[in-house]
Amino acid sequence: MSTTDVLVVGAGPAGLACAATILEHSSLSVVVVDAGHGPGGQYWRQPAPAVGADALDPAELADLHHDRARFDALLHRLEQGRTDGRLQLRSQHHVWSAVPDMQGYAVHAVDRGRGPSHVPGSTTVARALVLATGAFDRALPFPGWDLPGVMTVGGLQALLKAGGVVAGRRVALGGTGPFLLPVAAGLARHGATVVGVYEANRPARWLREGRAVARNAGKLGEGAGYAAALLRHRVPVRAGRMVVAAHGADRVEAITLARLDRAGHPVPGSDQRVAVDAVGVGWGFSPQLDLAVTLGVDLTPDVAGTEVVAVDDAQRTSRPGVYAAGEVCGVGGAPLALTEGRLAAAAVVADLTDGRVPADVVSSARRVVTRQRAFATAILRAHPVPAGWADRLAPDTIVCRCEEVTLGAVRAAIDERGARDARQVKQLTRTGMGWCQGRVCGYAAALLSSGRPGPAVERLVAAPVPLGTLGALAEPTARPSRRTGISDDAM
Amino acid sequence: MSTFEFDGAGIEFRPGQTIGAALVAAGQVSWRTTRVGGVRRGLFCGIGICFDCLVTVEGEPNQRACLVVAEPGLTVTTQEGTGHEHD
Ligand SMILES: Cc1cc2nc3c(=O)[nH]c(=O)nc-3n(C[C@H](O)[C@@H](O)[C@H](O)COP(=O)(O)OP(=O)(O)OC[C@H]3O[C@@H](n4cnc5c(N)ncnc54)[C@H](O)[C@@H]3O)c2cc1C
Ligand code: FES
Repeated sequence: MSTTDVLVVGAGPAGLACAATILEHSSLSVVVVDAGHGPGGQYWRQPAPAVGADALDPAELADLHHDRARFDALLHRLEQGRTDGRLQLRSQHHVWSAVPDMQGYAVHAVDRGRGPSHVPGSTTVARALVLATGAFDRALPFPGWDLPGVMTVGGLQALLKAGGVVAGRRVALGGTGPFLLPVAAGLARHGATVVGVYEANRPARWLREGRAVARNAGKLGEGAGYAAALLRHRVPVRAGRMVVAAHGADRVEAITLARLDRAGHPVPGSDQRVAVDAVGVGWGFSPQLDLAVTLGVDLTPDVAGTEVVAVDDAQRTSRPGVYAAGEVCGVGGAPLALTEGRLAAAAVVADLTDGRVPADVVSSARRVVTRQRAFATAILRAHPVPAGWADRLAPDTIVCRCEEVTLGAVRAAIDERGARDARQVKQLTRTGMGWCQGRVCGYAAALLSSGRPGPAVERLVAAPVPLGTLGALAEPTARPSRRTGISDDAM
Repeated sequence: MSTFEFDGAGIEFRPGQTIGAALVAAGQVSWRTTRVGGVRRGLFCGIGICFDCLVTVEGEPNQRACLVVAEPGLTVTTQEGTGHEHD
């Protein structure tokens, strides 16, 4: 076991900004824990550190990162913290549980950086816990979505950013939201033919969001930049279209598109088949709430009904000593996540020390958060899941990929056995009971059974833990280390 | 060029890539069959959330190919069903 003043879960923009700000404005010790191969989170995802003449060089992928300088500045601050003995960054560490402890919060993680057969566990006790766990792609089922070659939009992006790999020669992107555009632009620049970006919603929806747009003019410029890049690569962007099926034997070979009517239903007879060898679909993102839910912090629905961590204007959750920043508090993009990370740091410093982050830094961060949250809400309103998303599902369409439960089975649970929410569907059909614990199918199961996103699900273990690791943890062999915050946590 | 072994064949990769990225770059889109339907699966979420990309690495089943970093000489095999012969 080791101890620290502050433990940050997540090394994305929010977690990194939080850690860097704490290091800068206090003498607190900080441990940052992240499942990834290195710092960056989703936004600044990098190849795993490697050496050798043929190693993947992050410079080859530099065009995918627009504000690399900011990332470098954060890394520099963290490196200084490491040199000063105040910061530890633990990459490839998956936090599977965070629970209250006499001294604050005990955070249990497994280290997956030592090969598949050696997965040691560790426990760190922190006075303050910052949840910066981000979000993951929201997927919805459609016939053929389980064919190899069909991925989430973020998955395509991760493959490109971290692996330098374009998933196919002819790629189609579908779903909704502004994220489709940078992914399409990146894939096209790295050699894929992007046959089309199929955005379910029409731009007219944005006309209702004039206020939020006017206050975030920079975002418009960003969008225009991607539009120009797509034009240059001759990538057609078509609004009011949805991927309604993927076809192929052992992998995706084609998709069917349908036009959506004003109410969001596929128009009969509008089908169009397009040959592809990779597809990315995404309906926005779901906040990664696993640790927040087991800690019992208050959640609140966003404008689309998705639960997110509720925080005050200093990023404090309802639980003393637990803070949250970034997309775990609602999806809003990296700049917002960064700013919230700084605000959370200010709260931690104010709560744990006699010092403080300068008031002007805090008040300007607060203004940015208010403005960008308004824009994030506008995005959610302009990019809803269309009402007719399930119109074209067939009885044999897989809903739960892990347990291979079909729509027919889910519908039977709803229509014949009265299931009214995702939990009841799960009990009756095993939907959401497999490896992914419903992270992929839970949203669809909730929509199908209750017509709404449904409450956040409690998962007692946020990441898989080998039984042997659990057993070792139960044996009190680890001697508590001195409270320096930089102790080696080898167990 | 660095290589690892996948079902007996050599897969070239660039150090820094995950096993999943290396397989996709080599034109391989699936490396698992499901327990019930016996259908093929590969990457879906790409970030460790969905567990669709499970593969057997050095004899250990249920490793997420999107997370495990490729290393020279690793033995990677297609995972059938649960990956445990006795099931
Ligand atoms: C796959 C994917 C790709 C994306 N790519 C882009 C992009 O290219 N450009 C863009 O503008 N936006 C992208 N986004 C949107 C993204 O959410 C950004 O807005 C931004 O990264 C959010 O910052 P964050 O700090 O809140 O969270 P994130 O960047 O998501 O960081 C959260 C971090 O927490 C870690 N984590 C979560 N739970 C645990 C746990 N239990 N144990 C250990 N670590 C944990 C994760 O590994 C992750 O590194 C992407 C999203 C996804 C899901
Ligand atoms: S692709 Fe989803 S866990 Fe690996």
